[in-house]
Amino acid sequence: MSTAFLGMPELPGGHGNLRGAAEFPDAARQALGNRQLRDNLAHATGAIRAKRSAVVDEVPDWEELRAAGSAVKADTLARLPELLEQLESAVQARGGVVHWARDAEEANRIVTELAGRQGAREVVKVKSMATQEIGLDAALDAAGITATETDLAELIVQLDNDRPSHILVPAIHRNRREIAEIFAEHMRDDQGRPPTDLGDDPAALTEAARRYLREKFLRTPVAVSGANFAVAETGTLCVVESEGNGRMCLTLPDTLITVMGIEKVVPTWRDLEIFLQLLPRSSTGERMNPYTSMWSGVHGEGGAPDGPREFHLVLLDNGRTRALADDVGRQALHCIRCSACLNVCPVYSRTGGHAYGSTYPGPIGAILSPLLTGMDADDTNASLPFASTLCGACYDVCPVKIDIPSVLVHLRGQATRSGHRTERATMRLLAWLMSSAGRFTAARRLMRLARFGARGGRFRRLPPPLSGWTDHRDLPAPPRRTFRQWWAARRRNGGGAR
Amino acid sequence: MSARSEILARVRAALADEPAVRQVPREYRQHSRDAGTADLAEMFGERLAEYTARVHRATPEHTPAEIIAEVLRARGASSAVVARGLPARWRPGTASIGLVDDTGLGIGELDRTDAAVTGCAVAIAETGTLVLDAGADQGRRAISLIPDHHVCVVRTDQIVGTVAEALAALDPLRPLTFISGPSATSDIELDRVEGVHGPRNLDVIVTPVGC
Repeated sequence: MSTAFLGMPELPGGHGNLRGAAEFPDAARQALGNRQLRDNLAHATGAIRAKRSAVVDEVPDWEELRAAGSAVKADTLARLPELLEQLESAVQARGGVVHWARDAEEANRIVTELAGRQGAREVVKVKSMATQEIGLDAALDAAGITATETDLAELIVQLDNDRPSHILVPAIHRNRREIAEIFAEHMRDDQGRPPTDLGDDPAALTEAARRYLREKFLRTPVAVSGANFAVAETGTLCVVESEGNGRMCLTLPDTLITVMGIEKVVPTWRDLEIFLQLLPRSSTGERMNPYTSMWSGVHGEGGAPDGPREFHLVLLDNGRTRALADDVGRQALHCIRCSACLNVCPVYSRTGGHAYGSTYPGPIGAILSPLLTGMDADDTNASLPFASTLCGACYDVCPVKIDIPSVLVHLRGQATRSGHRTERATMRLLAWLMSSAGRFTAARRLMRLARFGARGGRFRRLPPPLSGWTDHRDLPAPPRRTFRQWWAARRRNGGGAR
Repeated sequence: MSARSEILARVRAALADEPAVRQVPREYRQHSRDAGTADLAEMFGERLAEYTARVHRATPEHTPAEIIAEVLRARGASSAVVARGLPARWRPGTASIGLVDDTGLGIGELDRTDAAVTGCAVAIAETGTLVLDAGADQGRRAISLIPDHHVCVVRTDQIVGTVAEALAALDPLRPLTFISGPSATSDIELDRVEGVHGPRNLDVIVTPVGC
């Protein structure tokens, strides 16, 4: 890795923001203790679930759209090398520059150097999961470049020095009162003045953000975005949004830098007809989101530019090829980041997104994060595949039919094989006991002794390592006699089978 | 090894099991049931209005130019920017509204302009969506973005039923903007607030061909 660029922070694990500091159960316990958080989440996820079902139910061919979306994504992954090369040539042919980044650090270095080359001290950013994933804002900051998030929720999170907790609504864990306090405390205009007339009405708070950001849109020369889709055959990039901050960033600055995961490519222009129907209805619960922008390279006629004069596309791996190599898990790369699975998940809607540690929370995060990073020994991401009840609601709503429960089970197997030494030792012991009738009978007899430790027929707390079970649920005490003893006694007493 | 060749090599290695290339089943609807009927314009207007855009129907007696003048006046607009290719018949004749042809106006000048008047490339009935493609009657993207009031004229023959029909009618090599209502956010408690960075007011005039 080049060290020519000074000031690049060491990012945790080399992957950016894909790992939390704590295991899921510990992080979740903390979140569950926060009453305000649970109220905010219950309200928001409930509201968005209702909106989604209303607009999905009115589409007569929803299942056909899902089937097509899923097939396009599977086809894309199977032909990924040729499609990436095709996309690269198409973007270059229309005046764009394509860069490739193996990991978060390399992507951050590319963007920082590009912005630095323009002499920029500031960049404006469109909400993007990829740049959250790689920790771009921190990397730019370390190089003396201020990145301003322009999506309202991202701005709230950034001002509060917090982390996003939802893919679509990053500040879903905050209510209006909390947001008003964040603005009053941290929002300052060019002259260092705080916003005035700030109530806690969402319209007034939105107006404050509009005033704060507008002047930045009109004068900042460099913008950074992600991409929802990129069409290989035409080199067309697509950003789906609501507020108009995306249009501002994609249209006004002289230089546009787009960071995109390699799995976001789709083969043909026509494929967008599927995703432009699936995404908004699944995501915000609208028939169509307010704004979708598409561009192919740089635009303009007769020397008058329409949009940026310079366009850079950064194609990011950062673990995607690792996920692709897993034949069961690779379907996680179908994800179009709609967040429908978060809103229906009984786990997410109680713990919120921070408990997952990674940029990608909820059911999709529970499979995507460990697939991207792998699960080494003592890896906090090894706890994520267990952060689910396997109820399957996520699979039902997924617009591209990712079978999240099956991937969860698959990853649980991997996590168990690679980690938890005690669990492996216990399983080996059990296998030895159960493989002989004599040993099994003796063990069952021995277990009866454990009855003396139980109260009310249950164990409420056991010492480690068994506390792993009793931390979360009671353990029933062994019965007075086993089934085989009962059966033998029944035969002796002449009570044969009816 | 360059990042490019290394990533491509990793992708090829990850696909060593040669997953099957699947034929994409396109059994979803290409066309709307109401294709080619007056119901399509009706549906377009209703669905766009649900996003709180104001929708107006022009007739030979109440022309687009007259409605444009009315909606600009109603919003207190005294200036409106237009592309040079905006048809003469859509330009209000009243002196009270100053139409400014876009001759490469600066961002500051656009910011001081009250409104923008454009045509569109395609409109989608099922989703209530306008699509602009920087055509002669629309101009560059900044025009319909910076002024706080966007007035858009849609000819009934530009309205299609489905998203699929719209994409088939569009050229992907042009800069495209899909607009479904005024800018909006639901980032605070999922409470929808209209009017963030894009135009806070959207007036759409649906007109028969030739008006």
